[in-house]
Amino acid sequence: MNSGTVAGLWLRLLLLPLLHSRFTQQELPACKPILTPQWVISAFAVVSIIFVPIGVASLLASRDVVEIVYRYDSDCVPASWASDKLAYIQNPNISKTCTRTLTVPKRMKSPIYVYYQLDNFYQNHRRYVKSRNDWQLRDASKANDTSGCDPEDAAGGNPIVPCGLIAWSLFNDTYRFTVSNSNLPVNKKGISWKSDRDHKFGKDVYPRNFQNGTVIGGAKLNSSIPLSEQEDLIVWMRTAALPTFRKLYGKIEVDLQANQTITVTIENYYNTYEFGGKKKLVLSTASWLGGKNDFLGLAYLIVGGLCFFLAAVFTIIYLVKPRKLGDPTYLSWNRNPGGH
Amino acid sequence: MAFVRPLLDPSPRPPPVPGSLPPPSADLPRPIAEPPIGSDLSQNPFDSSSRLSNASARLRVDYNSGDRVLFPEPGSADSFRRVSGSRTAVRHGSGAESDRFGVASLREISDEDARFVYIGDPARTNERFQFTGNSIRTGKYSVFTFIPRNLFEQFHRVAYIYFLIIAILNQLPSSPSSDGYEDWRRHRADRIENNRTAYVLSDGEFRPKLWKDVRVGEIIRVRSNESLPCDMVLLSTSDPTGVAYVQTINLDGESNLKTRYAKQETLSKVPEKDPVTGVIRCEQPNRNIYGFHANMDIQGKKVSLGASNIVLRGCEIKNTAWVVGVAVYAGRETKVMLNSSGAPSKRSRLETHMNRETMLLAFILVAMCSIVSIFAGIWLRNHKDELDYSPYFRKKDFSEKEEENYNYDGIGAEVAYRFLMSIIVFQIMIPISLYISMELVRLGQAYLMIQDRNLFDETTNSRLQCRALNINEDLGQIKYVFSDKTGTLTQNKMEFQCASISGVDYQAEMDPLSADHADCSVRVGDQFWRPKMRVNVNTDLVKLLRSGHGREERKYVYDFFLALSACNTINSKLIDYQGESPDEQALVYAAAAYGFVLVERTSGHIVVDILGNRQRFDILGLHEFDSDRKRMSVIVGCPDKTVKLFVKGADNSMLGVLEESLDLDVVQATKNHLHAYSSLGLRTLVVGIRELTGGEFHEWKSSYERASTTLFGRSKALRLVASNVESHLHILGASGIEDKLQDGVPEAIESLREAGIKVWVLTGDKQETAISIGFSCKLLTTNMDQIVINSHSKEACRRSLEDAMAMSRKHLQMVHDAGRISLALIIDGTSLVHILENELEEELFKVATACDVVLCCRVSRTEDMTLAIGDGANDVSMIQMADVGIGISGQEGRQAVMASDFAMGQFRFLVPLLLVHGHWNYQRMSYMIVYNFYRNAVFVFVLFWYILYTGFSLSTAITEWSSVLYSIIYTALPTIVVGILDKDLSRKTLLKYPQLYGAGQREEGYNLNVFLLTMVDTIWQSAAIYFIPYLAYRNSTVDGSSIGNIWTLGVVILVNVHLAMDLFRWTWISHVVIWGCIVATWICVIVIDSSLSCPASALFWLCLLGILVVGMIPRFALKSFRGYFFPSDIRIGRELEKAGGYYEAVAGSIEMRPVVGAGGARS
Repeated sequence: MNSGTVAGLWLRLLLLPLLHSRFTQQELPACKPILTPQWVISAFAVVSIIFVPIGVASLLASRDVVEIVYRYDSDCVPASWASDKLAYIQNPNISKTCTRTLTVPKRMKSPIYVYYQLDNFYQNHRRYVKSRNDWQLRDASKANDTSGCDPEDAAGGNPIVPCGLIAWSLFNDTYRFTVSNSNLPVNKKGISWKSDRDHKFGKDVYPRNFQNGTVIGGAKLNSSIPLSEQEDLIVWMRTAALPTFRKLYGKIEVDLQANQTITVTIENYYNTYEFGGKKKLVLSTASWLGGKNDFLGLAYLIVGGLCFFLAAVFTIIYLVKPRKLGDPTYLSWNRNPGGH
Repeated sequence: MAFVRPLLDPSPRPPPVPGSLPPPSADLPRPIAEPPIGSDLSQNPFDSSSRLSNASARLRVDYNSGDRVLFPEPGSADSFRRVSGSRTAVRHGSGAESDRFGVASLREISDEDARFVYIGDPARTNERFQFTGNSIRTGKYSVFTFIPRNLFEQFHRVAYIYFLIIAILNQLPSSPSSDGYEDWRRHRADRIENNRTAYVLSDGEFRPKLWKDVRVGEIIRVRSNESLPCDMVLLSTSDPTGVAYVQTINLDGESNLKTRYAKQETLSKVPEKDPVTGVIRCEQPNRNIYGFHANMDIQGKKVSLGASNIVLRGCEIKNTAWVVGVAVYAGRETKVMLNSSGAPSKRSRLETHMNRETMLLAFILVAMCSIVSIFAGIWLRNHKDELDYSPYFRKKDFSEKEEENYNYDGIGAEVAYRFLMSIIVFQIMIPISLYISMELVRLGQAYLMIQDRNLFDETTNSRLQCRALNINEDLGQIKYVFSDKTGTLTQNKMEFQCASISGVDYQAEMDPLSADHADCSVRVGDQFWRPKMRVNVNTDLVKLLRSGHGREERKYVYDFFLALSACNTINSKLIDYQGESPDEQALVYAAAAYGFVLVERTSGHIVVDILGNRQRFDILGLHEFDSDRKRMSVIVGCPDKTVKLFVKGADNSMLGVLEESLDLDVVQATKNHLHAYSSLGLRTLVVGIRELTGGEFHEWKSSYERASTTLFGRSKALRLVASNVESHLHILGASGIEDKLQDGVPEAIESLREAGIKVWVLTGDKQETAISIGFSCKLLTTNMDQIVINSHSKEACRRSLEDAMAMSRKHLQMVHDAGRISLALIIDGTSLVHILENELEEELFKVATACDVVLCCRVSRTEDMTLAIGDGANDVSMIQMADVGIGISGQEGRQAVMASDFAMGQFRFLVPLLLVHGHWNYQRMSYMIVYNFYRNAVFVFVLFWYILYTGFSLSTAITEWSSVLYSIIYTALPTIVVGILDKDLSRKTLLKYPQLYGAGQREEGYNLNVFLLTMVDTIWQSAAIYFIPYLAYRNSTVDGSSIGNIWTLGVVILVNVHLAMDLFRWTWISHVVIWGCIVATWICVIVIDSSLSCPASALFWLCLLGILVVGMIPRFALKSFRGYFFPSDIRIGRELEKAGGYYEAVAGSIEMRPVVGAGGARS
């Protein structure tokens, strides 16, 4: 008899019946934790010990981030058109170029991210989110599949690639930066998710019949470049979660010094005047935690503080009014004989 | 015992007594009506007239048809007269239907009610009315009815109606597969049953035929040890006197053999050669297995048939080589099938309450949908001018020639549409999966209860049976236990203890002398047989019998024991006595122990071995027991040519028919003895005798024969005959029989009382017996104040009830003073009836609920109840009407078990069943329900918060797949495992402190406050889940699916950690399930999204950690604060367990004052 069968025999004769009976008699070995004061106080203490440093670190990281936000949607409309911005933006004969200077408040280390921020743009609206066809974007043979893309599914009877409201409303403002009269290059490669480029947008899918409809919604696409390389489109198509959002425009890969002035030339094409949306240009560095946002640091500090407070309160009450654990006199029928 | 208590009708919903009681309020006693004994009177005016004319019309029709084969001798006037050739003939099917319910046999069968069975002529039988064939179907559904009927079953629940609406909206079909599997198994079992073989007479010989092809009217032969294929009337048997023995264990569980008789008129015929022809008129199929009522027209004679002439499907023929009978009921019309419909389905209290909260949740759901749709309307109006061209709405469609609105029908339609859509999005607010989880959990709980070794009865080798699967948690909330006494508290093993014979008291000694036993053995053939049961005997009495001294005294003793051995319906088979009444068995064994050994009983005579001298007595007549007379009698023709009437019955019914003037002293002495016996807890019977003169006998005989051939109101007429002859009796004496308590009953009742459960014992015993039994099983204790109500007039009842009220009020006041003395209410049946008839039940209920113990003596009505426990057919209605019905699988048969929700072997198992399993089940189930509500609501609220930020457009960041999988995969298993396996306290603790049971009674685990508090917590947690990522990712590049993944993971982790925090016991199973669920969710999320890019970012992890801590803080703080400073009993119990041995020693010194009927139970 080899050792394997012996072990098997043991298992069958002793262990399994034992386990089985322990299970059926509901006597499985178990840990029965009770929230004793020691446990509670230490739990609160541990949380505060973990949270406060994280909060401090987050806050520092957020403070480290240098951010330049410039709202240009009304600024870039000439004063003569201020009363009717919609007419201005819809008039194709007027130059939309708008040059402004920005001052760098603090030294910005590369990479410096260039974002555009749209406010009050419901990219998460149900009508909008659904208005796309992922098959068509991925697969050249599905070009005619425009289901779900209404009302931007076809123009002049031919299917649109990429179809749908999302693609139709592609953001088309452009920015050019110069520092001391020398061009500041913006790297627009690699601004989209790699997984999107590789899997969601086909290498052999080319724009077709795009922005040929009655109303032009936004940017036009070069129909000789496959969708997988149209990074602005890919970024745009990853719809934002909230009505105020940023999208990555590009990266500036040189450091900017404090008090340096940047000249930015904005081609202000995108129509947010229709629905009262705002447009902002954002230049921001990044920390390990992302962009400038104090919330998380503050939240962690507050929670850590609250837990410290609770630990303290609990300790005080525990010391002032101790209770012996497992004292039968605390049972309700012993506390108030008579049943009431 | 049957002698004093009328049996309740076994049908599950007996017809209510008209005008008996006002409709009961929710908590008030709800009387379970039984057909009153007198109800036949009310039927008679209608019946007797119409049925008479119908009967004559029927006869005319038959003659006109002139079918000579069927009626070889066309009926004449004397077809109503019976031929009674010999004295012994009277007994045969003497119309003594063992009509245990006293109702059926009074009814005569009118034509509309009757079915006609032409013996041996199935074609004609089935010609006019197509009777059901013999195939049976126990499956609930057929191929065609499965879907509609199953749907109907499902929609009994409120939430399922909601589910229907959702299903219509979603066009989702439901798949009730488990029901289908169960049903398929039943169908398979039916097929096997239907294809068994029976031997049916055709063309002069018995030929095999499948059971399912057997038709009503066919003549069937069944051999020994074979099962009966259908209900049939006996025609002849292998026994020359027409006796057949059947075992009815499959029908009612009684293991003893029952005797059935073929009619004289048919038993001599050999069916193969001399076919029996005739017609049987029998009542319509009904579920009364103890009653049958029919007439047989045969050879121009009209013969009455009763329950003793029919053998039922499900029984087996024993000790009889063969029987031949004619099928009268087949297939689903057989009595066994009619009885197998099962108990009415019950719903647990928790589930009823749950429906209330489900409605509340539905209300919240509608409110949320309204908010969304109304705000959507406002939003649309505010953005009215922008919608045409705004990129994210684009109301206008330019792709067509004509500019038209795309998918937009105006604000009103849009609002309505959003409302319906939001119902779909928020639908999991109502946890449909909860119902499925509950079914699974109950299955698991039932499995664990069945497996529990502490509920295993070694004497009968039986486990607990869970017959109802949907009321497990009710076991943890019982406030009242209504218990049958005989067979439930007691063993129903009767032992003869003492006798009072002509005024002299003889007590049995504790140790039976073996020498005495040797004497009572009997020679049968070459062998000596000794009675199987040993009986304690009184040596004086034995000596008195053996010696010839004191002739007068000895004569009484002689007659007394002769009465005991003769006046009964016991079958003797080699001194092994089998009978339907255990009391009678005990008496016959006792008589045997004193030397009066019943050797043989046939329908015509008995043979008794009297002190070694074998004598034959003719049984000239027998009046069986009925619940009106409460006595039975036999007329015996003795060897010395005298005719004696022996009567045996309940004391109150016997004392009325005694000739007191003859032996006043004896009667008085016997009365005193009776009182003494019942004070000892013995069951008493009085025996009387009268010697009949020849004239009296003949007068009785002719009136008996007239009565037994009466067609209408036969049993009433027979009862009258019996009452006439049972008068002017000499008292012989009285017997006292002990019914021993079951093991552990006193301790069990004490535990139940400590647990705050009010125990009501329902008994048919005398008040003194009941009180004494009450003491012996610790139901009553000496430090209780007793309120006794036994008044026999309405006014007296009212007065004593008022006194009782005053007393209970006094007691209630005393509660606030020092100690409290327990109150016991003892009330007898007559007073109860008076009280209930006079609308005093409100007062009675007040008194009764103030008492800790209520003892009802001699009741045949039952009150409102929560748990009923019983073992006999008379407890069936009580068991079915109670919230929880428990059947004891004991001596009295399986009727109670069949009707029960749980069945077990011993009364004492009630303690672990309620205090341990009931407590666990309630605690588990209540937590599970609250948790499921919370779990689904958290998810819905997260969806809701997001929708507020999407222009109320109902888009969700959490993918639709996650919504579907949320309650199926992400969070399902932990709740089920917790529902089955979590234990707040150990078995030991629960049994040590029965008061812990109060948690369930006070509904601590699940009530509106718990629900509302949980909902507040739910909103907090959902806010934490939603707003932490929202604020952290504000003004960032985050896209919908990334933040959606954070929310999905946040919800699932928080919800599972919430469960983990509330878990009482961490076994390896809990670890696997909880952490496994979180891992599974993670995998699912990655698979669904196919590119989870966020996890790398620190922000993602910090968000999850933040959600977890912020979400749990309030709950954790409240829980630990309350647990430490305002500990519940359960918490203390857990601490006690943890502390283990140390406190155990301390606890021993602290007096655990048992507070019965604790606190909240009453408030």
